[in-house]
Amino acid sequence: MKFWRLIFANLFRKKVRLILTIGSFAIALLLFTFLAVVKSAFSRGVEVAGADRLVVVNRIGLIQVMPISYGERIAGIPGVKSVTHNHWFGGVYQDEKNFFPQIVIDVENQRQVYPEFIVPDDQWNTFLKDRQGAVVGARTAQRFGWKVGDRIPIKNSLYGPTKTWEFNLDGIFHNERPGGDESAFWLQWKYFDENVPGVLKSTAGWYVLRLNSPDDAVRVAKTIDDTFANSSFETKTETESAFAAGFAKQFGNIEFLILTIGSVVFFTLLLVTGNTMAISVRERTAELAVLKAIGFTDRSILFLVLAESLVIAFVGGLLGLILASGAIPGIGAALNGLLPALILSKSMLALGLVFALFVGAASGLLPGIGAMRMRVVNALRRV
Amino acid sequence: MAIPLIYNVRSVKARWASAIVAVIGIAGTVGVFIAMLSLARGFRATLVASGSEDNALIVRAGATSEMTSGVALDSVKIIQDGPGIARSADGPLVSPEAVLIAPIPLRSTGTDANVQLRGVSSNVLEIRKQVKIVQGRMFRAGLAEVVVGKNANSSYSGLTLGNTIGLGSMRWQIVGIFDAGGSSFDSEIWADAHLLSGAYKRPDTFFQSVTVHLTSPGTLQQLKDAITSDPRLNVDVTREVDYYAKQSTRMTTLITRLGGFVAFVMAVGAVFGALNTMYSAVAERGREIATMRALGFAGPSVVISFLVEALLISFVGGVIGCIAVLPLNGLTTGAMNWQTFSHLAFAFKITSELLVKGVIFALVMGVLGGLFPAVRAARLPVATALREL
Repeated sequence: MKFWRLIFANLFRKKVRLILTIGSFAIALLLFTFLAVVKSAFSRGVEVAGADRLVVVNRIGLIQVMPISYGERIAGIPGVKSVTHNHWFGGVYQDEKNFFPQIVIDVENQRQVYPEFIVPDDQWNTFLKDRQGAVVGARTAQRFGWKVGDRIPIKNSLYGPTKTWEFNLDGIFHNERPGGDESAFWLQWKYFDENVPGVLKSTAGWYVLRLNSPDDAVRVAKTIDDTFANSSFETKTETESAFAAGFAKQFGNIEFLILTIGSVVFFTLLLVTGNTMAISVRERTAELAVLKAIGFTDRSILFLVLAESLVIAFVGGLLGLILASGAIPGIGAALNGLLPALILSKSMLALGLVFALFVGAASGLLPGIGAMRMRVVNALRRV
Repeated sequence: MAIPLIYNVRSVKARWASAIVAVIGIAGTVGVFIAMLSLARGFRATLVASGSEDNALIVRAGATSEMTSGVALDSVKIIQDGPGIARSADGPLVSPEAVLIAPIPLRSTGTDANVQLRGVSSNVLEIRKQVKIVQGRMFRAGLAEVVVGKNANSSYSGLTLGNTIGLGSMRWQIVGIFDAGGSSFDSEIWADAHLLSGAYKRPDTFFQSVTVHLTSPGTLQQLKDAITSDPRLNVDVTREVDYYAKQSTRMTTLITRLGGFVAFVMAVGAVFGALNTMYSAVAERGREIATMRALGFAGPSVVISFLVEALLISFVGGVIGCIAVLPLNGLTTGAMNWQTFSHLAFAFKITSELLVKGVIFALVMGVLGGLFPAVRAARLPVATALREL
């Protein structure tokens, strides 16, 4: 392109300004990506929920249990492929700060219902035979530096006097779905059942079932709730995503806050770059008029101005994304245990770059059109 | 000799467009900074207000919250005879409480959120003195009646006076609305502890926590010593305020860390904006500055003059940022209390101290954004600058 040298010469006319404008872009992009990542962490549960899974809880509330016998009755309903039951264990590892979910699982069926959790077969087989065994997500294992074979004490005060339950770490699971949970700690229901007080024996906290086809969701959910209607443990069945959405909604207006901050950032950025572009075009009015006088078309003038702002936007945007990919893992570590994993996806990076180019185009357009429309005679007359 | 301030005011006026950009950048940053901190404060204040100095909360030893605790009736009987516990005509001021959660639809979204249910003793109003019934009356012991906190009343559908709701296996009539002074109790529903346990098929000889009213804040230690040395009991005694302060740490840490990072990054961006504005101000005014130098104003006067200009811009930005977030003060929002899995309503809390911090933050950005351009202005060689067109 024959104009490149002209564009570059214009870009480097004021080096400090160029650096600052690129810097503003980089900062804005860093913030934009960060906010997008946090927002997606809040709504993660909904995004990764299986479309073919239903969650059955006690109608009265999450903390109420259901009889273990419901499992077989649910499994017998046509359209249900497999059923597993879970319990919230609610213990503490060393200190309250070290929060991670501990889930009591039904070892026989867990993997049929959640095929995305990958555990090496030899580890899983050890776990099956080990009543005090546990399998933990890679993220939590990494957080505490646990290795297979470690003995992990977890304090629990939920089931009688506080006592420390000891577990053998038999395996580490990974999640096949990007962004899926890798923080849970699984323990065997049999071990749990032996050690809890009478009222909790032979109970399940909630059931999760997998359907043959997601199309059956509404029918199966209704059948389950009808089956247990008017019993002393009525149920409420929802799709996994509805269940997760219910949880996410309870986080409150955090999503709204993040969007508000995002728009404040967007607006500020647009102003800063728009202003810089306007100043640099204004300073060059006479020059642009000369270019027009020697035969540059209106279109090529617009192109020159736009190209300049797009180059700034692109370089700044790229820099911001590089900063973001460097900073986000560190921030994620500082927030570990407080938020689900912060994951920077490729689509988010692409969106960020598109966003930067859009702002670049928008901020170059106004002064560009002004330059295109100006009349050579008037412009040359101005100092 | 100092350059008159009016010079800076006039020059800001002359370049208002670029000054406004810097002002907005700083205002936005200060706004976000204050909003985040006030959110964290509001959350904390709501929980801390729930506790009082002269109450003690007793939970099972090692329990991290009421939800993970349990205290049996025979322990309650021993605790209520402990030293330092206030008494009324009807007996010791002790409330053994059953804490549960129930899903009730939110008015705003129509989706269920978990409301905290608290089974209390009928003399609870004498123990938690900040709680007042503002509509209707207190529930009567032994009847299926509940009283509802004022935030629960406004956040959830169906929790209105006179209405009947299903909790557990029973139907309950709402007979009163209470105001707990902006504390977390405002998001709760209270009922008779024995009946509530029964409705949830829990033994009515078993509670989650015991709240006792002390004769004075100083008697806590005495009670603590007596209870922890009793071999029949296996419980922790905490001052109620401390318990609730600790409950708020997780959420406030999250908000402060997230907000801190966002405010920091925005501050860097705003400093860039201010630098840009000030550098162009210096560049455009090369001749003016040189003229002043030629008139006899010394280098340091020029530095100070430009710094003052930057501070002026950032001060206006800071003030605008403060004013812009002020309407948030008192605005109620809701969030999950992680420790109890229940939904808690709380309000942004903007204090004058926060506003002062915001303005100081703005001024720091002003200094950072103004210093280098100011130094450059002072270093301009007079002769060359005057010769420029």
